[in-house]
Amino acid sequence: MTAAPASTPASGQAKRLRPRARLAVLAGRTVAWASRVVHFGTGSVIGGRVSLLIDRNLLAELTVSREVAIVSATNGKTTTTKLLSTALGSQEPIVSNWLGANMTPGIVAALAATNSTDTAVLEVDERWVDSVLRATNANTVLLLNLSRDQLDRTQEVRKLAEQWRKALAATPPRTVIANADDPLVTWAALAAPRVTWIATGQEWTADAAGCPACSGRIDFVGTQWACTSCDLKRPSVDVIVDDNDISIAGRSFRSPLALPGRVNRVNAAFALAASTAMGADLDAAFDALDDVTEVAGRYRVADLNGTKIRLLLAKNPAGWHEALELLEGPSTPLIIAINARIADGHDPSWLWDVAYERVGDRFVIAIGERRHDLAVRFRYGNISHVVADSIEEAIEFVRQSPDFDTNVPVDVASNYTAFQDHLEKVGGVL
Amino acid sequence: MTQTPNFTRTDSAVRIVSLYPDLLGTYGDGGNALVLSRRLEWRGIAVEHITVDAGAPIPDSADLYLVGGGEDGPQVQATRELDRSQGLHRAVDKGAVVLAICAGMQILGHRFPDATGATRDGLGLLDCETVRVDRPRAVGELLTTDAKLTTRHGLVELGPLTGFENHAGRTVPGPTSLSLASVEVGEGNGDGSEGVITGTVVGTYLHGPALARNPRLADALLEWIVGPNAMTPLNDTDVNELRSERIHAARDHELAPRRSWRDVLKRS
Ligand SMILES: [Zn+2]
Repeated sequence: MTAAPASTPASGQAKRLRPRARLAVLAGRTVAWASRVVHFGTGSVIGGRVSLLIDRNLLAELTVSREVAIVSATNGKTTTTKLLSTALGSQEPIVSNWLGANMTPGIVAALAATNSTDTAVLEVDERWVDSVLRATNANTVLLLNLSRDQLDRTQEVRKLAEQWRKALAATPPRTVIANADDPLVTWAALAAPRVTWIATGQEWTADAAGCPACSGRIDFVGTQWACTSCDLKRPSVDVIVDDNDISIAGRSFRSPLALPGRVNRVNAAFALAASTAMGADLDAAFDALDDVTEVAGRYRVADLNGTKIRLLLAKNPAGWHEALELLEGPSTPLIIAINARIADGHDPSWLWDVAYERVGDRFVIAIGERRHDLAVRFRYGNISHVVADSIEEAIEFVRQSPDFDTNVPVDVASNYTAFQDHLEKVGGVL
Repeated sequence: MTQTPNFTRTDSAVRIVSLYPDLLGTYGDGGNALVLSRRLEWRGIAVEHITVDAGAPIPDSADLYLVGGGEDGPQVQATRELDRSQGLHRAVDKGAVVLAICAGMQILGHRFPDATGATRDGLGLLDCETVRVDRPRAVGELLTTDAKLTTRHGLVELGPLTGFENHAGRTVPGPTSLSLASVEVGEGNGDGSEGVITGTVVGTYLHGPALARNPRLADALLEWIVGPNAMTPLNDTDVNELRSERIHAARDHELAPRRSWRDVLKRS
């Protein structure tokens, strides 16, 4: 895996910071170190929080002499951040938080450890786009999609679109790269002075039936969409993602990716468009992308108790729509895992918004803390299934299935905390 | 283009309409239509299900109407459209059964509060009124005592109802309505009762796919239409396991905030 060039905790850059900022960075690192010593995660967020307590303008200070790109979305921001870091990283030193937390404390922690002029590629939580953009004056902003997520605790997506729109008007970036097939994203991005529009072919439109501009209705006809009551419509596109290729800057690239599916071609198109906007060489950026085979464990193929499995992550209905498109083989047994902890949202009602029927004839094993909710969903979907108490037991069911083929990895599709549990089992993030 | 939805079959299929899923359907409400349809199909009873988006004409010839939950803004818009159409009113006059979920229940009552807290007129199909109260939003598992529903074929025992609730308002049932059950865990209507029944219209705070966890409620609604003799038993092993697990979780207050400081740090 090509990560960004290893950055040394440069003592040189600290001299450029004001004393207060220097103290803030030092305190943050100390707390993060202490947190790691007592085995509480990486400590990056708590360290970042301490730093911000001491100097609340630290993010602005840490990005004053950098080129900054912001990546935000409901789905795909980690992958796209990783792809953009890789594309740019082949040509210049990069710092990114793609492995870490995506709100201001985590971002501060990631930046504090690097040379103050390295280009920053920042994954930013949807709700933090406004404050991160204001602090960093990012020149490039990538807006991939907006859909419902964790419905018992997140704001309506419409309000998020409005926040994005206001943020782009208040702190206009040089270039916004935006999804022309997502009406919510389109409406938000139209507030920016210059937009590179990507035709993503996004199929998930269930969260955008109502027009964000006027509360009218959005009509989707073929590849086009338009509001029936106001001017909002699909903009003319600059980059096109189709079944095999990415067309950009008058050229067509056969998808270079080791990562599977249309969803990752879209992520790659965003990364290529952004790296071009940031002055990188398109061919070199393109060549770098095929080195990415997994992103923080997503798409990892691993061995669990002698069985080859592949880890997929899907956190919400739109994410599941994409994940179900990536499944191995037409009849390969499949494991699906659902938890409903804080990070997942406590209410898995959204299981009924996912067309799990798309698994077709595959035999599915339901696991996770909410496996019985899944089983009931499968029962009403006429999907052949069993419930297992652990991933190990699920794999036993898979091995007994007549459709099991030792050469084909068994897909394990999970929501957030279930995914983290499985990733830990196969060795964590590499 | 907005299609004019209508039924295509003329035989004796049970006709189900999902109303305004584009406005009221933020919480997996589509699950209820699926549960009802499958429970009919598995019993060999023909079913026809259509969805009607806001603005489209509402056929008044269906047997069962589903009104889902929604956010504050769409809730007001849905009320306006339903009032203008009067299709649902005509259907109820003809004896159609209605299941209204959460915000759907609120707008079918006499009055409900909008996003600003101002009182809005509801559709008056349920004898109840929803008010804003100075209490936190009710979010979490909702569990009731044994619920009951009287259909035109008689009293149906539903056992405990289990589900998730997520609502701000509280609902006061009126003199001509009954509640579905009493609350064991959670908020429900806010006065210890849960759900409102007025004639053939049933409202509940069990949000989203409420029927997924409550097959006896689903069957009671169907029995209203097809009669008790058609309700042959089904294999509900999966749902019974889910029910007992969620009933335990509700009684253990599984969803009460339980963030230890270690939990918080681990997310760092
Ligand atoms: Zn409009």
